[in-house]
Amino acid sequence: MLRSEQKPFDEIKGYLEGEKKVFILGCDGCAQSSQTGGMPQVLAMKKLLEGAGKKVTGYTVIDFLCQKALVASRLCPLEDTVMEADSLVVLTCGVGVQAVAAMVHKPVHPGCNTISLGGSRGEWRGTERCLECGDCLLHYTGGICPLTACSKSLRNGACGGASDGRCEVSPEKPCGWELIYERLKEVGRLDQLKQFIPPKDWNKQRPRPELLSTSLWALEQENETSEEGRG
Amino acid sequence: MALREAIESGKFAVTTEVGPLKGTDTSEVMEVAEILKGKVDGVNVTDQQSAVMRLGSLATCALLVEKGLDPVFQMTCRDRNRIALQSDLLSAHVLGIRNVLVISGDFPTLGDHIDAKDVYDLDSEQLIWTVNHMNGGHDLAGNELKGKTDFFTGAVVKPVSDTEASAELQLAMMEKKISVGARFFQTQAVYEGDAFERFMKRAAQFKVPVLVGIIPLKSVGMARYMNKNVSGVFVPEELIDEMGKAEDKTAKGLEIAARLINGLKDLCQGVHIMAIGWEKKVPEILQLAKLA
Repeated sequence: MLRSEQKPFDEIKGYLEGEKKVFILGCDGCAQSSQTGGMPQVLAMKKLLEGAGKKVTGYTVIDFLCQKALVASRLCPLEDTVMEADSLVVLTCGVGVQAVAAMVHKPVHPGCNTISLGGSRGEWRGTERCLECGDCLLHYTGGICPLTACSKSLRNGACGGASDGRCEVSPEKPCGWELIYERLKEVGRLDQLKQFIPPKDWNKQRPRPELLSTSLWALEQENETSEEGRG
Repeated sequence: MALREAIESGKFAVTTEVGPLKGTDTSEVMEVAEILKGKVDGVNVTDQQSAVMRLGSLATCALLVEKGLDPVFQMTCRDRNRIALQSDLLSAHVLGIRNVLVISGDFPTLGDHIDAKDVYDLDSEQLIWTVNHMNGGHDLAGNELKGKTDFFTGAVVKPVSDTEASAELQLAMMEKKISVGARFFQTQAVYEGDAFERFMKRAAQFKVPVLVGIIPLKSVGMARYMNKNVSGVFVPEELIDEMGKAEDKTAKGLEIAARLINGLKDLCQGVHIMAIGWEKKVPEILQLAKLA
């Protein structure tokens, strides 16, 4: 499983500048267990967004957002409310956000950061890859991760070495940044290419010591702590 | 005249580059420096070009300063993290180096130490931003520098692309590089006036000097190799034919280079000649192009 934590609301609000209508998507897989993208968190996000003057055209929780076929089939009945929105806020891991971006022809904003479990895996992923960097950039890159799609993990654009859209380092794969360009063009957000991404805090990618144990153990610890807090 | 003054004065700037060798023998680079002295505005020193390990750009730039040339310290993001990059920038300033050219750098697997770990802690835009910070008297962590740097920062752009995505990314990144501190650009080698003109029509809006890249052709094989393997290089068939028919390939290669410079010079603000082994022939190219 993947662990995530919600981004500060101000950061999410910043992504939505200039947008009025938004659809909220949660995930009943890891995000539900992480308590970052289950139904309670989706409803809380709806309240916050409405409080910030946004119209929420719809919301749902799907299991699992990391699986593109499920994303497409579950969103089908909600197509009208999804299409009415300017964009989607997706409360889940970096894989889920990328899978949604690949299936929905709309700008997609990550509502969570995926935090490192230091090598633990096991979700039902497709071609999307998340580095668990703890500081999700998918808002700026059309829902395609530059850390995993680009061989050099460049954050601000292509290295210029691609030939016919193929990566210079691994010609069997496409240039990640050319994919990002095509996606941003498709969703009408090419302006994002001019956004400067400052140097990354790589510490956020380091697994936290408490998460180096099993993720289940970590969740139990967290529940205990929050129960103590309540008492 | 130093490179910065040449570019800022609006004069057509001329730069070239040298590649240090693998080992401690600097005699070849020093010979080239002697020949280039007074003939060019700046000399780039490549940084582990093609990811092949060799003598460093920093040390070689310092030797060029001693010789009275104005070096351009090429820095890739491939081999050093932000601590080493910033430290090398401070070292460069202390050694009298005043120009830096930022590139991302070929991946280690393209070089001769294919098992090396790539770094890219900073990407090229972030490194340009870092140089700008240091020129302003602070390091990336926000600490004040005791004595700030004073670098004239250059970046690279590929004017001719094979896909729309690549072409648009190049322009968007050029704009982004300028916004974080790039003051001039050097381009990938250009062989087609029309394609370069189309690029400059769009790049001119940024009002930042562009030095067009020129690689003299040495043979038909070299032209075909670059067309096949070097991203952004497109040598037209007419030029390849012309090389093929020439009896004296060297003279023809130099003549074509000079002709290209003359055809392109009204479109841009300078030329950057990448002679790749023909560094000693650069003055001859400049003479043929009537720039000397």
